[in-house]
Amino acid sequence: MRTKLTGATLAALLMSSTAMAGDVRMMWYSDGVEGEVMKDLVARFNAANPGINLILDEVAYKVVQEQLQIQLEAGDGPDIARVTNIKTLAPHWLDLTPHLSDADYWRTNFGAHADWMREDGSDAITGFMTQLTLTGGFANATLFEQAGVALPGAGATWDDWVNAADQVAKSQGTAAAFAIDRSGHRISGPNVSYGANYIGPDGMPLPVDDGVKAFAAKLVGWVEGGQMLKDTWVAASGSTYRAAADDFINAQIPFYYSGSWQIANLSTKIGDGFDWVATGSPCGTAGCSGLAGGAALVAVKYTKNAAEVAKVMEFFAQEDIVKEFSERTLFLPAHAGVAAKGGLDWQTDDPNVKGALDKFVAAAGEIEPGAAALPAWKWASAYYGAMVNRISQVMAGEMTLDEAYARIDSDIAEQVAAAK
Amino acid sequence: MKRLTQMAGAVVTAPLGWLAALIDPPLRLWQRVAGQKGMVGFFLLPNMAIFGVFVLFPLVVNIAYSMTTGGALFLADREFVGGAQYARLLTCQNYLDIRTCQEDQFWTAVRNTGTFVVLQVTLLVICATATALILNRELRARGFWRAVFFFPVLLSPVVVGLIWRWILDRNGVLNAGLVGVGLDPVNWLLDRNFAFAAAIGVTIWAHLGFFALILLAGLQAIPRDLYEAAEMDGTRPARVFWRITLPLLMPNLLVVVVLALIRAVQVFDEAYVLTGGGPGTATLFLTQYIYEVGFASLLKNPGLAAAASILMGGVLVVLTLVQLALGRRNERRGKLK
Repeated sequence: MRTKLTGATLAALLMSSTAMAGDVRMMWYSDGVEGEVMKDLVARFNAANPGINLILDEVAYKVVQEQLQIQLEAGDGPDIARVTNIKTLAPHWLDLTPHLSDADYWRTNFGAHADWMREDGSDAITGFMTQLTLTGGFANATLFEQAGVALPGAGATWDDWVNAADQVAKSQGTAAAFAIDRSGHRISGPNVSYGANYIGPDGMPLPVDDGVKAFAAKLVGWVEGGQMLKDTWVAASGSTYRAAADDFINAQIPFYYSGSWQIANLSTKIGDGFDWVATGSPCGTAGCSGLAGGAALVAVKYTKNAAEVAKVMEFFAQEDIVKEFSERTLFLPAHAGVAAKGGLDWQTDDPNVKGALDKFVAAAGEIEPGAAALPAWKWASAYYGAMVNRISQVMAGEMTLDEAYARIDSDIAEQVAAAK
Repeated sequence: MKRLTQMAGAVVTAPLGWLAALIDPPLRLWQRVAGQKGMVGFFLLPNMAIFGVFVLFPLVVNIAYSMTTGGALFLADREFVGGAQYARLLTCQNYLDIRTCQEDQFWTAVRNTGTFVVLQVTLLVICATATALILNRELRARGFWRAVFFFPVLLSPVVVGLIWRWILDRNGVLNAGLVGVGLDPVNWLLDRNFAFAAAIGVTIWAHLGFFALILLAGLQAIPRDLYEAAEMDGTRPARVFWRITLPLLMPNLLVVVVLALIRAVQVFDEAYVLTGGGPGTATLFLTQYIYEVGFASLLKNPGLAAAASILMGGVLVVLTLVQLALGRRNERRGKLK
């Protein structure tokens, strides 16, 4: 009797730690309201597919950034994940091609960004972008109006924008004129606008060039001059990410450079507090480029239920689902068919949102080739991290710009050597 | 009712019976093989197994990691590079100028941690001793005051960091107060010296109660007749402190210093939440450096992080051994006297 009981207990314990066949776990983070939309879509999927149990694991963005890679390196992790560090982790993505009912549909509609999420030289279909994003600015139109300062128009340079915002800041007593998120990704569009090129002919990182130096020197000067909010970049070390969205939302800065993914966040939190507009990317000497990007929903190759995973991915990749997701989350769709047909019915009452989305769609046409290549470049993360780390040290008075440039080059070289 | 009690008893005792039935046979077998004295080993075995799995094994793996490079997780997939990671960490053209070091931020973290340890531990021990001396007196509502000083120990380090960040931030409570009385706000956490001092102050605030409690226990163990005799002799309070209190409190002080040192070298959570390592790298400590390199950066380098953690562990071991040696010497001196 005792033996039977012990055996039954052990069997129960073993069963409790084993995933059931048909379970598909999806790791999901949210920037805005997309978690709520996703929950609704997951419920619909589960209702329509009784043989598959899709489980949505909502986590913080930091978890995706810091813990997912470790899980993947261990050959573990979720079956599907929503990620932004897509290219670096590409060796862990599953090639869905043999499991898809219509691979051509994927190539036609998501093919433009397929290289962003697969290893160099591969033609695998690993997932799709849940949204396209573009870096760009936002201006507090109410503060500009109260200060009697006109919003700089098309073709305005970074200096024009900073000077105008500085006039507003001085007039309205805000903490600073503007802020850029503490992120190498965020300053790469502006760098390219000043002529920067990160990628060598062999695909390896180039040393810091005059384009990077031009914008980095401006950034440091703006912090020293008090125009750029010092907190965002200086009150942290290493490559830590910091967004200045709350400072813009709280009307502490009249101009904010971030990206299109902030639209839902700004709409929800600002409400009718003040009028705001998207501005696109200010111009440099070589262009007015932002940097495209976005979050991808990718399949993980360590899944035990590849067929079910493909079915889930096919559900979310459907044209009508992508359209609905974009309309409800206020994200730019990455589906060629949805984008071509247009006519998206944005689900918002906020009059600022539609104008902002239109502006970002228009700004997408101004992406310079140097910026367009970065999302699919393997060493972009190394470049981004080194720039943030060292430029913020210059802002804190710990080294000169020339020392920082040398350090950025050596940091990138060391990271590339260590990652190989 | 009696039947109900019997049923409840059965529910409680049945699992214990199963457990005993599970453990009993190997226990008897071990006793038969190893004898009565060998039973010590049997009871130590679970502890040793847990120590082996959760301490010794990770330590060995960490040492192995520190001699490899690449982004792979499994050791078999990682490239062996011997002492290259240590060489990278320790190479400087001029050891008096951190900027010439290959891993300049590692040395910045070492310098910050060293300064933090000296200042924080010194101040913490002084404050904890003073607090314990005050709380040991016949105060009104003494229990309440003891609770007040111990309360921050109950808080999570992240909560401590957040609370103080809300106070010291540009838009924080302190600046609201300054503006309220007509003064200009100050960006406290963007001043290098203030941010460093804040990291020291906040960690002292958070841990003071724990160390004061250890010292309070030591103070209460000192026989009262010694103080009565000193009082009858008309000894000055300062002399009483230096000649009676301090020597008899020394064993507790030693424990406090060792624990505070170890804690200070490992400083991370409160400081990370409070300052994020900034401004610049003014409050970048060793543990944050290891975390950044091994976990937080977009291109992680676990080998380098492992090497840095082994070096940090080595320093901790040396510090602990020095403290224990000093303790033993004090003990021997005390016995001789």
